[in-house]
Amino acid sequence: METFVFYIFSAFMVLSALMVISVNNPVKAAFFLVLSFFASAAIWLLLEAEFLAIILVIVYVGAVMVLFLFVVMMLDINMVQIKKGFVNNLPLAVAVAIAMFATIFFVVGGESFSQSVFTIPDRHGADYSNVAELGKVLYSDYVYSFEIAAVILLVGIIAAISLTLRRRPNTRHQKIEDQIAVKSKDRLQVVKVDAQPRKYEPAKEEQK
Amino acid sequence: MLDLILSIYKIPVINILVKIIVIMVPLLLTVAYFTYAERKVIGYMQVRIGPNRVGPRGWLQPIADAMKLMFKEIIFPSDANKVLFTIAPTLAIATALAAWAVVPFGSELVLADINVALLYILAMTSIGVYGIILAGWSSNSKYAIMSTLRTAAQVVSYEIAMGFALVGVVMAARSLNIGDIVEGQSSSIWGWYMWPLLPLFVIYFISGVAETNRAPFDVAEGESEIVAGFHVEYSGILFAIFFLAEYANMILISIMAALMFMGGWLSPFEGVSALGLGDSFLAGSSIIWLLAKTAIFMFLFLWFRATFPRYRYDQIMRLGWKVFIPITIVWIYVVGLMYYLELAPWFIKG
Repeated sequence: METFVFYIFSAFMVLSALMVISVNNPVKAAFFLVLSFFASAAIWLLLEAEFLAIILVIVYVGAVMVLFLFVVMMLDINMVQIKKGFVNNLPLAVAVAIAMFATIFFVVGGESFSQSVFTIPDRHGADYSNVAELGKVLYSDYVYSFEIAAVILLVGIIAAISLTLRRRPNTRHQKIEDQIAVKSKDRLQVVKVDAQPRKYEPAKEEQK
Repeated sequence: MLDLILSIYKIPVINILVKIIVIMVPLLLTVAYFTYAERKVIGYMQVRIGPNRVGPRGWLQPIADAMKLMFKEIIFPSDANKVLFTIAPTLAIATALAAWAVVPFGSELVLADINVALLYILAMTSIGVYGIILAGWSSNSKYAIMSTLRTAAQVVSYEIAMGFALVGVVMAARSLNIGDIVEGQSSSIWGWYMWPLLPLFVIYFISGVAETNRAPFDVAEGESEIVAGFHVEYSGILFAIFFLAEYANMILISIMAALMFMGGWLSPFEGVSALGLGDSFLAGSSIIWLLAKTAIFMFLFLWFRATFPRYRYDQIMRLGWKVFIPITIVWIYVVGLMYYLELAPWFIKG
């Protein structure tokens, strides 16, 4: 049963990953990427890594890919233009691909992941919470690397914002704090007008 | 005969299916009558009567609406992507209903009692946005695509605030399991997490309103600007499914607010002996309390819609990023401080 589920989701993952690079429409490619993420999350669930699986869905499927689609939908990508010269460059591309695959294969080949290197992990009961275990490890043994990673991310965010931030002093935008801080005096001025009865002076009829 | 039924019920698959039906049918009925309640409540708030023609006092109105939508023709816009056009509402309803798998209705009444229930619900609601994105994109209509872009940005922004609000709850309960979160609030009404986490509670609910694209955050629909947003091209049953998903999500946000901040199925009179309730059902925890608390939040959704004008888009973004996220981050620090001080009755080290 478990192997069956594994093969279904792996097939989904590999097929959708292939579709990502082969479909014509970039928006469809992004949707296939979502499907591929989702299938890999399912495989992680099979490995009893439920925390990582759900975080993968929340972060990559729920946030990263939504923003990705947001951008892709607004771009006008002409696939015909991009695919021009595909046949001419094909031999070179294949050669590069084979070279890269060979490098990776000889460095980390199948033996590096065999059962002699990694023993089959223990199964845990339903009470075992790998969220708690992960939290304990992350905040004790690896607390410095965890915090350094967090700071690097923060620096990345600040750098990205400061690169794209442009001040446009001429644009008019709402200043909420000014609006809240406003007093009735600033908006409305009550002018005291003397209510003295003016003497009625009938307009003199000037006869000329 | 009874033995036969019991033996069939004990087959795991059948057992789970029966449980799913027991959750689904009342949920869908609630959705149907929630739409009726919405029209009535908003009607009375606006000094109108609301639907009163079909059946006594209009009670059959939601059923009439459902029948009408079921028998209407599904119109596919020209050059629309038909496959994605039909997958979109399916995805919306599937995630909206799948999230209910981990919602507990009592200390034992839960379909799937998983450790990461809270994260699972967040994941399901975050996948739900793809229903809207797919609908908008596959409709081949400019109003729909504008709505999609608005929704994508809005939901992603408010998910962060909502997630941080939930971090506070998880810190207080020290568990991602919803049953444990509710049990952590037992003792009395003052044990509910809404008191120490009041800012997070408010932010959670407002973010929930924004996540479900309800007024005053309904720029995704914005009928005065972009007709009806992402479902402008939808008709018949496909439109009805979007409607169903939206209301199921609203009820989900309400029940989650009741579970995480208002003690779920715990009685508000728990631990109060002065009232002399003794062992009566008012003092004991039961599903009635959970449903009553959920109903309060469901009413709030309707009240908001009748009260507030729609936010402008930049105001929504400002509220999410510049107000809610800073407040939640500060309050997570405050929760840590309360933990350090072991503030009773919430933060006692067990």
